[in-house]
Amino acid sequence: MLHSIPQLVIGVTDLAAAFLFMYGLQRMSSPVTASSGITVAGVGMLVAILASFLYALDVGVAARPHLMVNIGLAVVALAVGGGVSWWSGRKVAMTSMPQMVALYNGMGGGAAAAIAAVELFGNKADGATQLVVTLIGALIGAVSLSGSLVAWAKLDGVLNKPFRVRGQQVVNGLGLLATLCIGGYIVFVTLAATTPVMAMPELIYLFFGLSLVFGILLTLPIGGADMPVVISIYNAFTGLAVGLEGFVLQNPALMIAGMVVGAAGLLLTLLMAKAMNRSIANILFTNFGAVAKQKRGDIKGTLKPVEAGDAGIFMRYASSVIIVPGYGLAVAQGQQKLYEFVKLLQGAGVSVKFAVHPVAGRMPGQMDVLLAEAGVPYDLIFQLEDINDEFATTDVALVIGANDVVNPAARTEKSSPIYGMPILNADKAKKVYVVKRGEGKGYAGVVNGLFYGDNCDMVYGDAAAVLGKMVDAVRALGTKAAA
Amino acid sequence: MQFAISISGFVALYIFMLGAFAGWVIIGHVPAILHTPLMSGSNFVHGIVVVGGIFALLNATTSLEQGVGFVAVLLGAGNAAGGFAVTDRMLAMFKPTAHEPNHAHAHAKARHPKRDRHVA
Repeated sequence: MLHSIPQLVIGVTDLAAAFLFMYGLQRMSSPVTASSGITVAGVGMLVAILASFLYALDVGVAARPHLMVNIGLAVVALAVGGGVSWWSGRKVAMTSMPQMVALYNGMGGGAAAAIAAVELFGNKADGATQLVVTLIGALIGAVSLSGSLVAWAKLDGVLNKPFRVRGQQVVNGLGLLATLCIGGYIVFVTLAATTPVMAMPELIYLFFGLSLVFGILLTLPIGGADMPVVISIYNAFTGLAVGLEGFVLQNPALMIAGMVVGAAGLLLTLLMAKAMNRSIANILFTNFGAVAKQKRGDIKGTLKPVEAGDAGIFMRYASSVIIVPGYGLAVAQGQQKLYEFVKLLQGAGVSVKFAVHPVAGRMPGQMDVLLAEAGVPYDLIFQLEDINDEFATTDVALVIGANDVVNPAARTEKSSPIYGMPILNADKAKKVYVVKRGEGKGYAGVVNGLFYGDNCDMVYGDAAAVLGKMVDAVRALGTKAAA
Repeated sequence: MQFAISISGFVALYIFMLGAFAGWVIIGHVPAILHTPLMSGSNFVHGIVVVGGIFALLNATTSLEQGVGFVAVLLGAGNAAGGFAVTDRMLAMFKPTAHEPNHAHAHAKARHPKRDRHVA
């Protein structure tokens, strides 16, 4: 009886954790309850971690002499890993959120792979099914680890060029095949010759090494603009790996949490891919941006720079303005200034709306978070499908730090790497102002024909500084009118 | 009484199937405005892998297993703690609508209802 008490406690807490995770996620899917959702899930995590130390009362005979050391190691690992991540997560700027999510996700994949390694080295997998599941979980977890790290490096600017070799897909395919063959060989030898897996550590090392390399090769050729989708895929991968290792460890909480995240991640990935009008296979295996770069010569017209103040005054006397915010706005930390300008315009009777592209920012929905941070009411923020028809009847489209999501080439230019992606029809507005730091290209590295259009003027400068000038110009106007 | 859990074959498949279905349904109704926090939130949830890491580490018998188990707990704890920290921060930013613009669209209001003041 005494023996079964830890099992009972662990069983109950894990059951509670599984429930709290699903309930928390469900609350997180509505803005009304979202912030309590993460608290609910957090409580589930905390009790599950605390209860897991009860495993110490129930370890095998072989592990007993090492128990005190193992508990010490676990506490140190929890404190160090949790502490460093907590600190970095609290400190990181909102704009760097996508790469942090990539990093934390890679850690989860790595943890799943490491659990698989412990099982393999300790020869703990029981029978063919468990061995196969362990190896599959290890492969997926390791791919998620190295792939997420590459995604992090790309988003963080450590790696800024897609890296491709000739016949990349053949190399990738062979890499995966080799990994699977080694995994198959490990299973075959273990079962046929009853050789303990431990007797062939070289093969295990090779298996993990190849899995990691495959994750890197798979991610390197994918362009930076597709990274959000890639992170989402790896999020689903990690969930799957955790679920599979949960089966090996006979832990239903891990199985449920892993599978819930696996399915949720898959659905989120599909939603994002849909927003970009591309298939998952197209994103993963097409060399994004590899087509011949469009030359400036293809586009008629010139870039027409104007003063920020003049643009601001023009909008003051417009009747409707739609603002298209992009990542450049966030980089310049211009959201507060933008909302100040918007309130000025509203005060002057101008109808102002925000048009947010599904992939604005580096991650779907990131721009919504950034605007919320600046205090912009939800009522003013519209998603692509709700507002796209309104551009044609709008006086001014103000594009701030966005580029690819308003590039008309996505509609017309079959050779363009962004062809087919739904874009915001900013070019259809009567007047377009584009606030940009300089004449650089967007994340996808494509020339934007919108900027050369007859109805488009460019306002060069840091978004926050430009908006400051607009605010000043409109304010000055207000006092003059009053006097 | 015995409380040891034993899951094999079809029982495992049933758990996987129901879990996957639940995940699909739970996320299915999320508005685009919450995509980032939700991705981060689900990222936090698979941080439960740390529990598996603790189990593996406590049962380690060789220094190799201890080393790899240590890495498992380290990474898993990083996943859980970091995932919670960023998700919580992001969701706290969804501040309530300060004022009620009189030209607000009915369906926009329905999508983003006013929420209670709850700032971490």
